[in-house]
Amino acid sequence: MADAGHSCPECGTPNTAGAAYCNLCQEPFAKKESSSLRRVPMIPFNEAAASNVRLSRLLFFLLFAAFFGLGGVIGKAYGSVELGLSLALILYAILASAAWFSGGSIVLSIHDAREADPAEHRQLLNVVEEMKIAAGLPMPKVYVMQSQGMNAFAAGRKPDEASIAVTTGLLSGLNREELQGVVAHEMAHVKSRDTLYNICAAILVGAVALLADMFLRDAFFFRGRGRSGSGGRGNAAFILLGIVFALLAPLASRLLQMSISRQREYHADAVGAEITRNPLGLASALEKISRGGAEVPGENRGTQHLFIVNPLRAFSAGSSALMSTHPPTGLRIQRLRAMAGEGG
Amino acid sequence: MTALWIVLAVVVVMAVAVVVSYNRFIRQRNLVQESWRQVDVELKRRHDLIPNLVEVVKDYMSYEQETLARVVEARGAAVSARGTAAQAKAENALTESLKSLFAVVENYPDLKANTNVASLSEELTTTENKISFARQYYNDSVMTFNNTIQSIPSNLIASVFEFVPSEYFAAGEGEKSVPKADLR
Repeated sequence: MADAGHSCPECGTPNTAGAAYCNLCQEPFAKKESSSLRRVPMIPFNEAAASNVRLSRLLFFLLFAAFFGLGGVIGKAYGSVELGLSLALILYAILASAAWFSGGSIVLSIHDAREADPAEHRQLLNVVEEMKIAAGLPMPKVYVMQSQGMNAFAAGRKPDEASIAVTTGLLSGLNREELQGVVAHEMAHVKSRDTLYNICAAILVGAVALLADMFLRDAFFFRGRGRSGSGGRGNAAFILLGIVFALLAPLASRLLQMSISRQREYHADAVGAEITRNPLGLASALEKISRGGAEVPGENRGTQHLFIVNPLRAFSAGSSALMSTHPPTGLRIQRLRAMAGEGG
Repeated sequence: MTALWIVLAVVVVMAVAVVVSYNRFIRQRNLVQESWRQVDVELKRRHDLIPNLVEVVKDYMSYEQETLARVVEARGAAVSARGTAAQAKAENALTESLKSLFAVVENYPDLKANTNVASLSEELTTTENKISFARQYYNDSVMTFNNTIQSIPSNLIASVFEFVPSEYFAAGEGEKSVPKADLR
């Protein structure tokens, strides 16, 4: 509006001041920086959210397929597909219920999160309440972690038992608008049940690894004794296939899990922007976080995917790699800016 | 015989469709009502906060009695307003008068430094935000409800059961402009 926009050098279209690339021809403005970034199409946030949900579902389905495929092949190797499938199912049920009933409180205690004090953290509590109203959710529990690093996470299986935790570094480093963006991102995780998705994905990956491990030991152990020979003919081929599967499945499922995790981050950014109607608040917060640090107390590989920015390998150049839990922060900022350019 | 079965099947399918559609209307209308209650709660909260603010601020601002009087007056009008449209109008006027009050507060450094004022101003900021987010959520749910009422084929069900479109809580004209009270 009033602030000076600039014209695209390629096609001359006027653009908003904060735009990362041209509205019309999608030519990036900052050439040196954008060269490493994949160009993203400009789409309004509700469409971004919908397509992320579709992709996540597809990935999740593939993860399931990998899991039961492995169970089936292993079962076939021992002469009974049903046996393999039911073994996979039983294993899944055990792991899932263990994770389900252990609850979300563990992650809070790992990171030494204390409940927010109504007087000291008045503004944080106010911002969370604003965001729960905007998202139409029940009020989550609010926690604070003592750390200079700037980070935040959401936990809990359902919206009515959700909790949101932020570091003290985040509270002191961000202004109200940026804090709102971060809290909206976490609220988006709660609203789209990402915490539940994460639990399920972690269980599946764990189960696939366990199953593959069991099979590999067994296959090598029994091979010399000719057990399959007495079981039925043609099973040797399936044992071989099973070994190949058992070697590949854990890796494949892990890649899928990371891919889902990255999609959920984009999705939460998009939904967060929809909640605040202000993508630039979160964009500016992510910028500040990437300039500062994102470390948290008790950080470890097991919970890194929960945070708004990965506390362990936040901004390494190769963080777009297949095994990372979060998309590169620069790309997230670029997408958020694109949403604002669309007229959010 | 087969024709009878086909007719019966069609009737059953249609009955199920009507029930599903009706229930969706009820759900959406309840959401509209519930989100309106949220707006209402925050509006009341603002009405309650304003006397405190005026009390704290008035000793410092001897030259700005007019701005204060306008806030008090707008509050009175907002409290007594009835009906969504009238209420929206009065509340928008109140929002505007508060904005000009805070613009004036900016000019008094010792007033800004007062902890009472600082915490009151945070409370009022958050209440303003809550009102606008609650209104956003309310308007979103009204839009969903109205879309369902006006779309084919659910508009048939809506006309049979007399579901009427809800009213938006409109943003005021003044809300998009800069506060102008202290320019005079």
